[in-house]
Amino acid sequence: MSTVTAHSVAEPSSLSKTIGAIIVSAYAIVTILPLAWIFLTGFKTPTDAISYPPKIISEPSLEGYVNLFTTRTRQTPDFLASLPAPQTWYERLVRSRNMVIAGPSKVVPRFVNSMVIGFGSTFLAVCLGTIAAYAFSRFRVPLADDLLFFILSTRMMPPIAVAIPIYLMFRNLGLTDTKLGMILLYTAVNVSLAVWLLKGFMDEIPREYEEAAMVDGYTRLQAFFKVVLPQATTGIAATAIFCLIFAWNEYAFAVLLTSGDAQTMPPFIPFIIGEGGQDWPAVAAATTLFFLPILLFTILLRRHLLRGITFGAVRK
Amino acid sequence: MSTLAERAVARTPRRLASRLGGLSDRAIAWLFITPSVLLLLAINIFPLLWTIQLSFTNYRANRPNAPLRYIGLDNYRDILADADVWHAMQATAHFVLWSIGLEMLLGFGLALLINRRFRGHSFWTTMILLPMMLSPAVVGNFWTFLLQPQIGLFNSAVAFFTGADPSSFQMIGDVALAPWSIIMVDTWMWTPYVMLICLAGLRSIPDYIYEATEVDRASPWRQFWSITLPMVMPFLILAILFRAIENFKMFDMVNLLTSGGPGSTTEVASITLKREAFEKWRTGHSSALAIILFVTVFGAANIYVRALDRVKQR
Repeated sequence: MSTVTAHSVAEPSSLSKTIGAIIVSAYAIVTILPLAWIFLTGFKTPTDAISYPPKIISEPSLEGYVNLFTTRTRQTPDFLASLPAPQTWYERLVRSRNMVIAGPSKVVPRFVNSMVIGFGSTFLAVCLGTIAAYAFSRFRVPLADDLLFFILSTRMMPPIAVAIPIYLMFRNLGLTDTKLGMILLYTAVNVSLAVWLLKGFMDEIPREYEEAAMVDGYTRLQAFFKVVLPQATTGIAATAIFCLIFAWNEYAFAVLLTSGDAQTMPPFIPFIIGEGGQDWPAVAAATTLFFLPILLFTILLRRHLLRGITFGAVRK
Repeated sequence: MSTLAERAVARTPRRLASRLGGLSDRAIAWLFITPSVLLLLAINIFPLLWTIQLSFTNYRANRPNAPLRYIGLDNYRDILADADVWHAMQATAHFVLWSIGLEMLLGFGLALLINRRFRGHSFWTTMILLPMMLSPAVVGNFWTFLLQPQIGLFNSAVAFFTGADPSSFQMIGDVALAPWSIIMVDTWMWTPYVMLICLAGLRSIPDYIYEATEVDRASPWRQFWSITLPMVMPFLILAILFRAIENFKMFDMVNLLTSGGPGSTTEVASITLKREAFEKWRTGHSSALAIILFVTVFGAANIYVRALDRVKQR
């Protein structure tokens, strides 16, 4: 009978699939709701954003984004009337709130800091991690397991616990609140992940490829650069994205070691202040812009996520 | 360290190197591993040793010129006798145990459902995964908005389903509810992590095992307890250990969501450490606390690596 073949554990029944689909999609919607809310809040006026009861649908407004990118001063109506007519839509928007734009806000430099520190540390960590992973994967390194554990354990350290001496060290070296200092620091945190992840990827590249190349007259180094590296491209790209996400999201070191010149987005976003406390549409706008790259990366990384969060131990 | 690298060099086979010219394999191994290890020594191990040294002193970072005195184990004695530290440890334990328990239940449950491979499961899985990719600090910050009484989405949603007045409770401001708000946000954020690892565990179970029990007419209940759960267990343990380590040292999300408050209700260990080190500037004292936290994490990391090895063999 057909029901007998349908009832196999390898292929769940259609009823159990439907139940699964309903519960999982319901959970997904609940989980996405807070993010959707933040996205919506970015397009509300400050009054709508803090209205009671909360408004789901409101007149769309770009005030949050304008406030995020500018600093404004409140002016008297007389003074506003004496000014020449506003030239751009955002000036008009600000004027309608009885304010004038005083200048750009700090969000662009902070965003640039996040990018420079993120890409800089990722590049260094991936370079160092690739060669170290190759050595661990191909050569018989004595005490390899202990070394690898040492490398991983540095990532497990509570950031606040090492922050005290790093703070003192940076103060002595003049690295406090510099991009270079943050790049070095994030490189050190990321290199452990890079070594572990890339060792997993390297282990999957058959040794025979390099050995064949070496029989053909390549040196070990040539074989590494011309044979192994091209094979490891996917792994290197996935590792780079994981490193970038870490540096992008990091807060503890950033808040303790930077205050101005090298400040990244995570310590900056909570301090986007408007009149009378946090300017929620502006905060939501910043949060949205800050999350967008991560959304993209998550989709790109989907197939390698598992590897990334288990230091390469779980492959699929 | 250099002695280690030298030994690495000494034991690497030199067969191809000498034949083919160029750098020998031992030289390459040495060259390739040293930079990473040096960097970690400079930025992780050196500060750690410095913390150990400071933990025996009365040093205060905001008074660098004050005379430095070695006071032996006094800092450690103070910390272990400090009621505030024990309170922080209790708050941490409450946070770690509840968040991990909830994440395990939800994560494992979701993984079981997703493993039924219904149509569109990979789309929904990606949606569910999103929170764990985000910055915990920024997440903590926007949840303060969602958890506002009256204007926040959360209170309104609760009010909508229960009929309670949305301004009748405060998730962050209330001593009884604040510990649950950090647990809730952490669960929201990290359930996908447990789910993803459990899913890998479920997919590692070969179909033929289930087919065999099918022949034996084992009930689904029995199948779950005698096959599914034991087979997923190593993966679950991996997820639990990692979450336990991460939540034990949790700083960013809690710092922005409640910053330890109200009072010190949600003051988890890392927040206490930050207050001691960077607000009260008791550097020596806080170094001792840092060492205690570090030793705990290091021990747990040791177990975690063994769990990793067990999973890798699958």
